[in-house]
Amino acid sequence: MTGGTADACVVACAEAWRGDGAILASPMGVIPALGARLARQTFAPDLLMTDGEAFLVDEAGKVEGWLPYRQVFTMVAAGRRHVMMGAAQIDRFGNQNISCIGDWARPKAQLLGVRGAPGNTVNHAVSYWVPRHSRRVFVEHVDMVCGVGYHRGSSGVRDQGEWGPGAPHAESPSTASQQSEPDLRVVVTNLAVLDFLTPDHAMRVRSVHPGVELADVLNETGFELVVPDDVAVSRAPSAAEFDLIRRLDPDRTRDKEVPRSAPR
Amino acid sequence: MSGRVLTPEEVVGELRDGMTIGIGGWGSRRKPMALVRAILRSPLRGLTVVSYAGPDVGLLVASGQARRIVTGFASLDSIALEPHFRNGRQRGTVELTELDEGMLHWGLLAAAHRLPFLPIRAGLGSDVMRVNPELRTVRSPYGDTGHPGGEELVAMPALRLDAALVHMSRADAAGNGQYLGPDPYFDDLFCLAAERAYVSCERIVPALTGPPQSLLLNRAMVHGVTETPNGAHFTSCVPDYGRDEHFQRRYATAAADPDHWRRFRAEYLDGDEASYQKAVRR
Repeated sequence: MTGGTADACVVACAEAWRGDGAILASPMGVIPALGARLARQTFAPDLLMTDGEAFLVDEAGKVEGWLPYRQVFTMVAAGRRHVMMGAAQIDRFGNQNISCIGDWARPKAQLLGVRGAPGNTVNHAVSYWVPRHSRRVFVEHVDMVCGVGYHRGSSGVRDQGEWGPGAPHAESPSTASQQSEPDLRVVVTNLAVLDFLTPDHAMRVRSVHPGVELADVLNETGFELVVPDDVAVSRAPSAAEFDLIRRLDPDRTRDKEVPRSAPR
Repeated sequence: MSGRVLTPEEVVGELRDGMTIGIGGWGSRRKPMALVRAILRSPLRGLTVVSYAGPDVGLLVASGQARRIVTGFASLDSIALEPHFRNGRQRGTVELTELDEGMLHWGLLAAAHRLPFLPIRAGLGSDVMRVNPELRTVRSPYGDTGHPGGEELVAMPALRLDAALVHMSRADAAGNGQYLGPDPYFDDLFCLAAERAYVSCERIVPALTGPPQSLLLNRAMVHGVTETPNGAHFTSCVPDYGRDEHFQRRYATAAADPDHWRRFRAEYLDGDEASYQKAVRR
């Protein structure tokens, strides 16, 4: 295997943008940012990225466009974006929380706020990056739905009782209140790649990173994951990709974003 | 029109208890901090603050002058979470209207256009609808193939402001304003959404020069101008200066402890703007 956990995560994040064409890639976090740049330098050359302020810049840092926040919002509404956000909490149907922990009215921990997560998830492709896969993050119910998951309808207010396993939540497309469902692609963690490619969009194990046991992934998840008969191993970076990652991040800042070893 | 040139104290003198005040900029970028500091020295209270929130909101929460914040986040950018906002929420000392950041934009645009609301997808299916039970949806009167019965959308209400405070790179005495940085943020909409808009700026100049696209505010949107050099400190005001990261770290550290914060206030905020500027240069 080439590289460590962080390198496998960079490649897994890069894969999220494969086939996206000329859309705005918005990675949140060190490893997603490296992933997006790796994707652009290899198999997804048409991706657009910003400098974190108001300019679109190419891989050499050359300005190729202007994208102040108001124009970012327009790109969001136009659906021409694929964001990879973080998640303080995420549930089996991909509902995500970055706002606060505890009761919203008087939170135990105030976090960032909903930011653009509600708008992102109803407008364009969304993936998530969880650097520390744990039961604190992967929960039965998130405290505040910021990023919208599957089966939420439009009101945003749903009887929590409907959410249990086996509940009749899988509405047929024709009756799903004509509300388009979100387009959630993958959840990349330090242990695995997860997706929602199941009949009812319940979260599934797509692949487990090299050196990680499936049991670790299941133990660190606070709800039942769908496990296919054959769980793939996430691909490690190729030698060329590993060279590129080293060039993009010579000081290995990526290692600081993930724990040193898999949980035991 | 020299009557439009005011001191920061005169600007704050036009504000009233209980007003809804919009503050321009974004996070810890180009915030009208000299005007916020002038509010801190005033007896104003019970304010509702609409903002893409940074230390402007943090300071007004810490001082107890903000009763309610209307925002999608509160961040110092290079420090992810605004510490005073965090304290205020966790202690229950401030109320919150939490909106998707695109909804906030749309609410300002609706107010600027004197519309009661504007339809938007953002918010649908999220707990923004749960924590803001006053929000309503509308159904499009136009059917299309994906939505034969008309698409359901959030009716984002206009965010009408009693006053707006924004910081520009340059302005003239008549109230025309220019930003020279990379992003206008939503400062023009804040001004148009407000009954009265006040602009602080790095320098009041006799004539505005530079790219025409940088002339963001015209005097029809603006009711008063005040010259506050380094007035966005410690937030960024590119190209005149970047964010004072060192000072921002001191601010965030002080905010974590009540005694430390009292000393910070005494050292920097209890005096006037001139003494603040002198203190931060030490």
